[in-house]
Amino acid sequence: MSAHTTQISGPLVVCDHPAEFAMGDRVAVGDVGLVGEVIRITPHACYLQVYEDTTELKVGEPVTGSGGALSVELGPGLLASVFDGIQRPLELLRERAGDGIQRGIQAPALDRTRRWTFEPALKQGAAVNGGAVLGQVKETPAITHKILLPPHLNGTLATIADRGEYCLEEPIASVRDAGGETHPVYMFQRWPVRIRRPVSERLSPDTPLVTGQRVIDTLFPIAKGGSAAMPGGFGTGKTVTQHNLAKWCDADVIIYIGCGERGNEITGVLQDFPQLRDPRTERPLIERTVMIANTSNMPVAAREASIYTGITIAEYFRDQGLDVALLADSTSRWAEALREISGRLEEMPAEEGFPAYLPSRTAEFYERAGKVRTLAGETGSLTAIGAVSPPGGDFSEPVTLHTQRFVKAFWMLDRNLAYARFFPAIHPLDSYSEYAGELAQWWQNLEQTWHEDRSALVELLLEADKLKGVVRIMGEEGLSERQRKMLLAERVIKEGFLQQSAFSPNDRFASPQKQAALLSVIMGQVRRLLGDETPAAQATRHFQLDALIRLKDEQSSKEIEAIRAWPNTNPR
Amino acid sequence: MAEHEPPLERGPDPVIYTELERIEGPLVALVTALPGIGYGEAVEVVDRAGGRRHGRVVLLDGDKVTIELFQGTTGLGQDGERTRFLGRPISVRLDKNILGRHLNGMGEPIDGGPPLTGALYNINGTPLNPTARSYPQDFIQTGVSAIDAMSALVRGQKLPIFSSSGLPHDQLAIQLAQQARIRPELSRQELSRPELNRQEVSHPDVSREERSKEREGELVVVFAAIGVKHDVAVRFAREIAGQTVSFINLADDPVMERLLTPRVALTTAEYLAFELGLHVLVILTDMTVYGEALREVATARGDIPSRKGYPGYLYSDLASLFERAGRIKGKPGSITQIPILTMPNDDITHPIPDLTGYITEGQIVLSRDLFRQRIYPPINLLPSLSRLMGDGVGEGKTRADHHPLMDQLYAAYARAEEVRMMTRIVGEEDLTETDRAYLAFGHALEHQFIAQGESQERDIEQSLDLGWRLLGGLPLEELTRLSRQLIDDHRSLLEQGPPGEQP
Repeated sequence: MSAHTTQISGPLVVCDHPAEFAMGDRVAVGDVGLVGEVIRITPHACYLQVYEDTTELKVGEPVTGSGGALSVELGPGLLASVFDGIQRPLELLRERAGDGIQRGIQAPALDRTRRWTFEPALKQGAAVNGGAVLGQVKETPAITHKILLPPHLNGTLATIADRGEYCLEEPIASVRDAGGETHPVYMFQRWPVRIRRPVSERLSPDTPLVTGQRVIDTLFPIAKGGSAAMPGGFGTGKTVTQHNLAKWCDADVIIYIGCGERGNEITGVLQDFPQLRDPRTERPLIERTVMIANTSNMPVAAREASIYTGITIAEYFRDQGLDVALLADSTSRWAEALREISGRLEEMPAEEGFPAYLPSRTAEFYERAGKVRTLAGETGSLTAIGAVSPPGGDFSEPVTLHTQRFVKAFWMLDRNLAYARFFPAIHPLDSYSEYAGELAQWWQNLEQTWHEDRSALVELLLEADKLKGVVRIMGEEGLSERQRKMLLAERVIKEGFLQQSAFSPNDRFASPQKQAALLSVIMGQVRRLLGDETPAAQATRHFQLDALIRLKDEQSSKEIEAIRAWPNTNPR
Repeated sequence: MAEHEPPLERGPDPVIYTELERIEGPLVALVTALPGIGYGEAVEVVDRAGGRRHGRVVLLDGDKVTIELFQGTTGLGQDGERTRFLGRPISVRLDKNILGRHLNGMGEPIDGGPPLTGALYNINGTPLNPTARSYPQDFIQTGVSAIDAMSALVRGQKLPIFSSSGLPHDQLAIQLAQQARIRPELSRQELSRPELNRQEVSHPDVSREERSKEREGELVVVFAAIGVKHDVAVRFAREIAGQTVSFINLADDPVMERLLTPRVALTTAEYLAFELGLHVLVILTDMTVYGEALREVATARGDIPSRKGYPGYLYSDLASLFERAGRIKGKPGSITQIPILTMPNDDITHPIPDLTGYITEGQIVLSRDLFRQRIYPPINLLPSLSRLMGDGVGEGKTRADHHPLMDQLYAAYARAEEVRMMTRIVGEEDLTETDRAYLAFGHALEHQFIAQGESQERDIEQSLDLGWRLLGGLPLEELTRLSRQLIDDHRSLLEQGPPGEQP
């Protein structure tokens, strides 16, 4: 008895013979084999969410199950690749089917013919548990890919291949389990995207993910294994900030998810990343990056899956003992995809048409981030950073609010800063990070006066914000000389420290050393400014504040001594 | 955007059916016991009076087929209508004779000319594989300072105009269509590209006529009027010279047709750009009317509303239009989109401008305030933005000082606005020297830089030099976004200072 379609409504398709399917099964729908997933089973019908356009699909076409849940392939070949939301390799699809994405087209996610040099790490007869490192492959010059035993396989290593070149379809080992059964092991494995990969222990994040962006690292830092969200209306620079993090943060592997965003932005990343170099390894950034591109015009159901596809790949690299950063732009589009499917299922909507399970799904996603001890006993981390696109820039909408509850760093992008082309437009007072306290010691070890300088900076921003309220009502006449100088100091801090241009070759990435040195020099000058009798009108010239603002762009992260020596390095 | 799959073959013989079982509401009719119909298939109903109505399949449930009729259900009965299922999605016929034609919102001729010929193209296109896109980075000079210097347009970009009722967005769109051109001489590397070699290298001193000749060869305009007034449509048809295809859905045409108009227009644009290799500028107006049509239809269907009654899929639907802009690797043509939308009640947070802003690569925002001061074009610089500008301007594209200068102009203008807000409460008496300079700068920027004639064309060099001169009115130590080197290089322009009221 085989199943056939009985009802078609956009991406929601119903078929008969529900007994043949299990929830979450991946299915092929219709004569062309559209990819779908089982999302509801009733006594007489099975509901499918189809990841491709269903135009021209007819009632009575066959539906076949693949016998497993929607999964991703994990192994060498992931890096430097671009996949769609259900892990179809976009470059390969283009070679096979041209410039458009044709319906029903299939291709294996990982190249089966490419040969990789496998170096074994274990010997025959070794006792192995799930997640054990069997060997490694130098996938790109930047990343050594560890070949892991699938998590649920335990036993003894019956065979293991010698060092040599293998393709993904050749077994590189076999494991005999306690029941005496032998299982072949390949360099790649499959994992269902909606289930988190197991770890041996969850650890507390305690090391900063250095992003090279001062407003983040110094004011609102994120830890390796932490989670952060970045809400902002359109034009506030979410995508540019996400790109900057993907470019410069000190993770080993970057998973970049373009979820319902612009096609040209993905193209921009694909153009930039092979040329830009990782400041730590000096290798092209593309070598450490996996891209998931499900742009806004691609099917909405695959957009929903893209977040899970991305985070499962991220967990897999984390399981190799690497620090992984996952950037999702934008999680609002994922939530909207949930809403659209939920609406077609005629579920009762909660807030603004979103389904009632939006908060729990959001929580599940961000909880997959973390610093962990892997099954193999190594330390790895997965940092999740999601952009949120609140409708109308209104931060009280459901997706922003629910996200806020499940992340510890919250970078609010401010429209007025963006209008003045002040980037990153992260609001210095409204944003927060609960990691700031945990990471302070790390910075203190780098620079003795860091904590003191940072506190002084935050206090000054708060104080200046109050003064600006006064100015708005009474004009600057209402201020004392010292208060006017505080406003000057605020400007130096904002323009000379917090602002950072993605186009400035010396400043698009600032090392922690540069950040600490700049903070110390600026706050030193601010103290002199405020402690001095010079009237505010002459202070800019007297204290060379304009030159101080330019310091960040004139000295790169390599010229720490020159920064510390300011104003003696000042060419004027 | 569609990569053009081989033209659709003729579908199987159309299925003809003579009964409508149920007719529900203004749009939906139901036919039962009809197997073998595809989801989304095009439908044609010939009513008793002999009138043809178009529709499509929106739901298949067992052997029940639900169709949606673009021209409504009024006058239809259960018997006597002939319903034809065409065996293919809604499509349009295209060949190169389409250039110069005037068509209605569904792509049928209204110019008295012959019916369209050529192969059939599905109006929904096919989503473009992101890896097939070529990153847009060829600067288009529009001759409008506020756009070229501050929110530059590049080939393959989608840059909407956010306007409001009563503002001169139509005039601006016409001016952009008339003046837009590529300046290959600005970058030497551009010259090596075969597609640009054909053009003569132009020079700032070339006369207007020569320039417009040069333009005629390079830009084709596809104009889609979506629910606009008759006189607006006529004006566009009259003023956009050169090779144009227009699709006109007037304010009193059927609402459902509005959902097809931009799709037919974009399918045509894709054919012109990626099969004929032309550079196409698509003007879509008014996208707010489109959004309202979508809401009307969604409500009639009973879809769950999200914000302001618009359906939850408004974002995906708009994206399916706006993403059909760009360039494709290895193909010479391009599609640049300038959608126009009117913000209801001047509200930029209304769902249509809001979602549009999330999809498009920036926006040009018009301001009622500047319009009242008789400034044309009344472009509100601060919320305006071009996301593709970063890679489309600068050394080898426009000029090395372009990006930092733009940054500084924005920063200074934002500061000028702040000072202006302050003076509304405390007056100008108590201002510091610096704040006064900012006030004067803001005024000069609006009246000399943003303002220009309706057919005045400024080269990018002129716009940038003007920007430098305006900055000359500020104290030098305020120009912290500019490097010392740049300031030294442009000292003479800074010293000249802002031109007088009559430049």
